[in-house]
Amino acid sequence: MRAISAVNDFVVKFANVNGSGSASANGLFVKAILRSGVPVAARNIFPSNIQGLPTWYEVRVSGDGWLGRRGGVDLMVAMNPQTWDRDVAEIDPGGYLFYDSTKPLPPSKFRDDVNIVGLPLTELCNSAYAEPSQRKVLKNIIYLGALTHLLGIDPAVVEALLSEEYASKPKLIPANIEALGIGLEYARSHMPPLGLQLKKSDAVGDRIFVDGNTAAALGAVYGGASVCAWYPITPSTSLAEAFTSYCKKLRTDADGKAKYAIVQAEDEIASIGIVVGAGWNGARAFTCTSGPGISLMQEFIGLSYFAEIPAVIFDVQRGGPSTGMPTRTQQSDILTCAYASHGDTKHVLLLPEGPGECFEFGAAAFDLADRLQTTVFVMLDLDMGMNEWLTAPFTWDDSKSLDRGKVMTAEMLEAGADFGRYLDVDGDGVPYRTYPATHPSKGAYFTRGTSRDRYARYSEEGGVYVDNMERLLRKFDTAKQLVPPPLSRRAKKQTPYGVIFYGSTSPAMDEALEQLEGQGLHLDAMRIRAFPFPGQVFDFIASHELVFVVEQNRDGQLRSLLINEGGVDPARLVKVTHYDGTPITARFIAGELKARMGSTGAAAQGEMAK
Amino acid sequence: MTYIAKPVFHHPSLKENALGFTRRDYEGKVSTLCAGCGHDSISAAIVQACFEIDLEPHRLAKLSGIGCSSKTPDYFLGASHGFNTVHGRMPSVLTGANLANRELIYLGVSGDGDSASIGLGQFAHAMRRGVNMAYIVENNGVYGLTKGQFSATADRGSKSKKGAVNHDSGIDLVAMALQLGATFVARSFSGDKDQLVPLIKAALRHKGAAFIDVISPCIAFNNHAGSTKSFDWVREHNEAVNKLDVMVGRAPMTAQYAPGEVVTVQQHDGTVLALRKVAADYDPTDRTQAMAFLAERNAAGEVVTGLLYIDPEAEDLHDSLGTVQTALNRLSDAELVPGSAALDKVNAALR
Repeated sequence: MRAISAVNDFVVKFANVNGSGSASANGLFVKAILRSGVPVAARNIFPSNIQGLPTWYEVRVSGDGWLGRRGGVDLMVAMNPQTWDRDVAEIDPGGYLFYDSTKPLPPSKFRDDVNIVGLPLTELCNSAYAEPSQRKVLKNIIYLGALTHLLGIDPAVVEALLSEEYASKPKLIPANIEALGIGLEYARSHMPPLGLQLKKSDAVGDRIFVDGNTAAALGAVYGGASVCAWYPITPSTSLAEAFTSYCKKLRTDADGKAKYAIVQAEDEIASIGIVVGAGWNGARAFTCTSGPGISLMQEFIGLSYFAEIPAVIFDVQRGGPSTGMPTRTQQSDILTCAYASHGDTKHVLLLPEGPGECFEFGAAAFDLADRLQTTVFVMLDLDMGMNEWLTAPFTWDDSKSLDRGKVMTAEMLEAGADFGRYLDVDGDGVPYRTYPATHPSKGAYFTRGTSRDRYARYSEEGGVYVDNMERLLRKFDTAKQLVPPPLSRRAKKQTPYGVIFYGSTSPAMDEALEQLEGQGLHLDAMRIRAFPFPGQVFDFIASHELVFVVEQNRDGQLRSLLINEGGVDPARLVKVTHYDGTPITARFIAGELKARMGSTGAAAQGEMAK
Repeated sequence: MTYIAKPVFHHPSLKENALGFTRRDYEGKVSTLCAGCGHDSISAAIVQACFEIDLEPHRLAKLSGIGCSSKTPDYFLGASHGFNTVHGRMPSVLTGANLANRELIYLGVSGDGDSASIGLGQFAHAMRRGVNMAYIVENNGVYGLTKGQFSATADRGSKSKKGAVNHDSGIDLVAMALQLGATFVARSFSGDKDQLVPLIKAALRHKGAAFIDVISPCIAFNNHAGSTKSFDWVREHNEAVNKLDVMVGRAPMTAQYAPGEVVTVQQHDGTVLALRKVAADYDPTDRTQAMAFLAERNAAGEVVTGLLYIDPEAEDLHDSLGTVQTALNRLSDAELVPGSAALDKVNAALR
């Protein structure tokens, strides 16, 4: 039988039951590989549940540094009888099945084309430990010990990690190291190492391992956010929690007082209401949520757009519509955010690709919201937000100051400035605002969601209304120059094909493009980083015969936005979508693009027919 | 009936307060509400109260939701920033504004549709969080702007102008505010300015969530026989527990009280509230007693008014959050942005 042989390039998937304490053992496994200098991409696949349901942890070891999901499994660590059949079926031919062999299973439960590695895990664990709580936790460490041997991980690295992990509870260290040893010793004396091997390298460098929600929260701290209102919802909850924890560390004054205010509101409507109130009053404020929360916030988002109040919303997207797939990933809130609320509205969207940009855009969003006096969305997704990614360390330029935008001060008012809250003095569509209590007798106005004139006086006259709506369009145009521009990458050879993508598709796309190039298939690529789309986006489309738009939603939402905003011929934009809730893979992208590049005419016509 | 508040204020008094402002400085635009609307009387009472407590007009922020009552902030305190938010959501916007700048005085104006129907949740949560504000509900039991539908505060059995009978129980926002932990709870009547003005003064000076339910008859749609929110009905059933005098700063107590007639309470900011007892043995600092009294008089068909509960030592949301004294919207870049050295440490912890 074939046995896959690979060094620093394989996928290990752990099938566990949630609530079984496997997460920390699996986390240690990943850290041990990183400490060995080998890049890793790790993803939790978990249910909307606390205990008893299946959960998976997929670890891609990639010496070449590919961080997207590859697809396929080389080693399945099958610890969940509930999902045994599908877990076994998922292993690539020639791959490995690692399981608890304490109880014999009939041959029909196995496959002929995968290598079976049985560890009598329960038996080893129960003979070593009598207490149920110890058995539960240390069982995971025992299998970690066995894997250490099987994959050639240096046990000293794992032991060091265990000591760090339990540094605050040192009593637990010896027991964990002992459990690790039980698995390690059994494997050493009973099993040969697998064909999948880890070799120490130095490909990790100074990179950090962090999830996008944590990065975005840190970005909010550095962006000067001082008010946060939120309502718990997967997958955004950890963003608010990380903001809380970083604020405690970084924003507490010498007297222990908080230079921030965080409110867990009663719902998403109150969350955005608090943000709008704080933004109106001159503080930088944000909320974080997911699709259902965006649905609830619609009315306030319209108020922010029309009354021109800065607000920042982090949308960590999950599978929709409705409750959808709360613990699965998608990029399916693009359209609902771009055009949120009733009436004619358009909103700025920032589209980070991973934690690095979550931090960068997370901070920049507050400058943009103040500069443009409107809601700015930062669009994460579950894969980006809740999984840890290997990424370059965060950097900050200390010479940079926060951009508060056009704020009229008491001095300016005193000097006789003509203050019209909705008056376009600079031709960029952005008016001046005053904070409440700026001046005893000048600069006060009545903020409202109803139509009003340039001096904030209530009016339902058609001309006055249109004047204001046109100015809002000018302002949106101004945004094109302020948002992060798209990044493009030219193919090595002249090509009529282009591909557009965004967000967490990025790592899988990079890998897919290299695979395609290896097969002689060339595409120019553009990663869009914001809406409204700067002109380069449409130049890119115009300079190619066919442009694929790769997205993680059903309907090709960014493609619709491109067609709608740029007047692009739909036949030239081909939809490539992956929306089953799992992160998109390089294999999928390469496969789809290859197939469609082979039948260009058909693809274009098919799209036209739609 | 001459309940039109405007004439009183269209003849500006030359009298100035301690800051040199006249009442005119506290007025706003001309009201567009119906002639005789109770809400205009409340606006007039707000103007009077702000004048009397020597408030700098621009140091107050006025916020409202949607509805007739929520239009009124345009009709008073023209030098203050105002925010007419969305229906039922004023409490959250006010909460956010207050978090951004704790140094201003916040006045929320709402109606019974705005606070007891669509906004009941936000009303409740702003009260239980102890947001430092004066929250006035101009309560007429009816939707005025959409012409006469019952609101959630309409009493069971009361009749609409078209003769329909309300079968749903009425929500008593005062009882709710008491239960939810508001630290200043009062009820008044738009037709009783002597009672209302001192209550507004005290509420504006109160630290914590101050709530005043003001019965404010709707001249157009809810002032007929069979309504329990009409001028006549409220006059007949009004049962005041006390009459309030508010002494700001070091102003000498000028009123003469008979022994045992008055209870004085000093608020955080030094304001002294002198409560002349009307109902015997009513203790306005006892929340449980207030709730029981209210339930009992309500069952007897009375509309209890006055300062029903006060916790003069109340804490507010900023106290619970432990925020700095400086308004968050005035924090400098250096106070907000931790800088690159701190970021290096964050990076190190993520390896």
